[in-house]
Amino acid sequence: MTEPLLRVRDLKTYFVTEQGSGTARAVDGVSLDLFPGETLGLVGESGCGKTVTSLSILRLIPEPPGHIRPGSFIEFEGRNLLTLAPKELRAIRGNRIAMVFQEPMTSLNPVFTVGDQIAEAAIVHQGLSRNAARARAVEMLTLVGIPDPQERVDHYPHQMSGGMRQRVMIAMALVCHPKLLIADEPTTALDVTIQAQILELLDRLQRELGMAVMLITHDLGVVAGTADRVVVMYAGQVVEQAPTTTLFARPLHPYTEGLLASVPRLDTRVSQVRGRLHSIPGQVPAATAWPTGCRFHPRCPYAWDRCASEEPPLLDAPGGEAGAHTVRCWLLTEPQRRERRA
Amino acid sequence: MTAWLVRRLAAAIAIVLAVVTITFFLIHLAPGSPCGESERQLSPEVCRRLRAQFGYDRPLAVQYVKYLWALSHGDLGESFALHRPVADALADAIPNTLTLAGAALLIDFVLGLALGVYQAVRARRFGDVVLGNVGLLFNSMPTFWLGLILLLVFSYWRRWFPLGGMSDPVLCPTLSTLRCVADRAWHLTLPALTLGLVGAAGTARYQRAAMLEVMAQDYVRTARAKGLRERRVVLVHALRNALLPFITLFGLAFPFLLTGAVLVETVFAWSGMGRLSVTAIFQRDYPVVTASALVASGMVVLGNLLADVLYAVADPRIRVRSEVT
Repeated sequence: MTEPLLRVRDLKTYFVTEQGSGTARAVDGVSLDLFPGETLGLVGESGCGKTVTSLSILRLIPEPPGHIRPGSFIEFEGRNLLTLAPKELRAIRGNRIAMVFQEPMTSLNPVFTVGDQIAEAAIVHQGLSRNAARARAVEMLTLVGIPDPQERVDHYPHQMSGGMRQRVMIAMALVCHPKLLIADEPTTALDVTIQAQILELLDRLQRELGMAVMLITHDLGVVAGTADRVVVMYAGQVVEQAPTTTLFARPLHPYTEGLLASVPRLDTRVSQVRGRLHSIPGQVPAATAWPTGCRFHPRCPYAWDRCASEEPPLLDAPGGEAGAHTVRCWLLTEPQRRERRA
Repeated sequence: MTAWLVRRLAAAIAIVLAVVTITFFLIHLAPGSPCGESERQLSPEVCRRLRAQFGYDRPLAVQYVKYLWALSHGDLGESFALHRPVADALADAIPNTLTLAGAALLIDFVLGLALGVYQAVRARRFGDVVLGNVGLLFNSMPTFWLGLILLLVFSYWRRWFPLGGMSDPVLCPTLSTLRCVADRAWHLTLPALTLGLVGAAGTARYQRAAMLEVMAQDYVRTARAKGLRERRVVLVHALRNALLPFITLFGLAFPFLLTGAVLVETVFAWSGMGRLSVTAIFQRDYPVVTASALVASGMVVLGNLLADVLYAVADPRIRVRSEVT
């Protein structure tokens, strides 16, 4: 098996809340691997810690109020990103690891031309001259499919549509040909037709540039079409991790099951599934007070007393190779409970 | 853009004309008269002849029309208190005010911007809290009071700076130009600091708030994610945006360059526009008062115009909109 490009171990990112009374454990012991060239989907509801996980990787968490707990470990290309000196960290940001953010409307600086903003990373990391960097910016705009790149390079963000701006964001992220692209909900703020275009673009660029992608989304449809592997997060933890096809065919964590059941499908009529679209009862608990035991147990249809008292570890799913499909659920030790319920 | 500029200039002239008109009638409405009848310093006969000589015995409407006619020919009239043309009095006072106000604004903006940016970067930490409180203290000080305290400490107790005036009246003419400039700078220090420090305290508070707002924007995070130095993130990506509200501040402060600071000019015996206009008001020196109002309103209008142009230069979103109209 190849070495992972990115190895996250026991990542804990906490925030001190406004009143100073509590600590929000936004990310609470996340471990995951990302292999060269693959696309990893990071899925979960709002507030489950997806974005904080991704920001922690590049240490972009605002401190204060946030901080990454000692004992957390993020290894990229053999180095622990959490202990790097600021200068070494800068050499990785935008160069080896790049990010695309959710809001293309606000993530671009309004007072600089898109060309300048794309060229900036190339000037900083590769020492390109202003002219060479500008030529590179035009090249990148062409690559992400923006028409009239020669002219567009001198435009300001407000002169472009949302989809165009997200293409600019992608061009900006990819200008140094990073090994890893972290895309945090890159299509959430866009129209559905534009969403598909952006996803296709990411897919094509990933193949052309041979990079790994961490795709953060709450949209399972996006994951199904693009990711090789999926990590499902709930309440600051990883609850299930599996290759995409396995996860969709055989979800083992009740939360994943619920997520998949709440996606409307064309092949089963709404009337056939007892007249209603499935929804997971209850809501995500507050990060200042996660439930004891399994964090999903108050919303889980299978929960029994053990779930409320003992926190399950990540267990290997039966029938697979170790680590390929892991689930944080006691049902794996007592599978008969699932059948009884069904 | 040209049409916009023409429209703005036409509006500017109308505003200045309105201010001149209002000032003209208001100062004539004020009790008292130029030759100080109330104090009985001059015999009524002399007073009557003086009034006739300056045309103050004519109906107000006639005086107004005559004033406007002269003004349209660039004639600001004659000051009877100073016994010289108003234009000459202004020509003497304006460079002095420009020097003092220019130096004060320089201290105000440079220090205010630097402190504001520093405080925003260190927000809620020790340095920010200390500077914030010291700033509030200075911001609440009356300028004349701070001027007096500075004079007491640095000119009276420690004889580091002169007690007032703009240059040494005896020495300066005999010294070389360079030494004379140094002497003027020495006289300028305390009054410029008085105005500059109080101004900087306000500017810093303003700039800190603007900077904090910008630092929380998504594009600042984008800049960090690119691997830029923190210095570049703050001074290029954030500051460039945080300077936009600062332009408004500049536009508001601009008239001060020619109107001057009445109280500080008085405390430091600085013969600028502030002192000139106040003295003129007390002496009912009508043409000087009206001319001061003319200069002040002209500067306000110009300051606003300048701020609008600067906005268009600094903010591409405004630039494009003004091209459309």
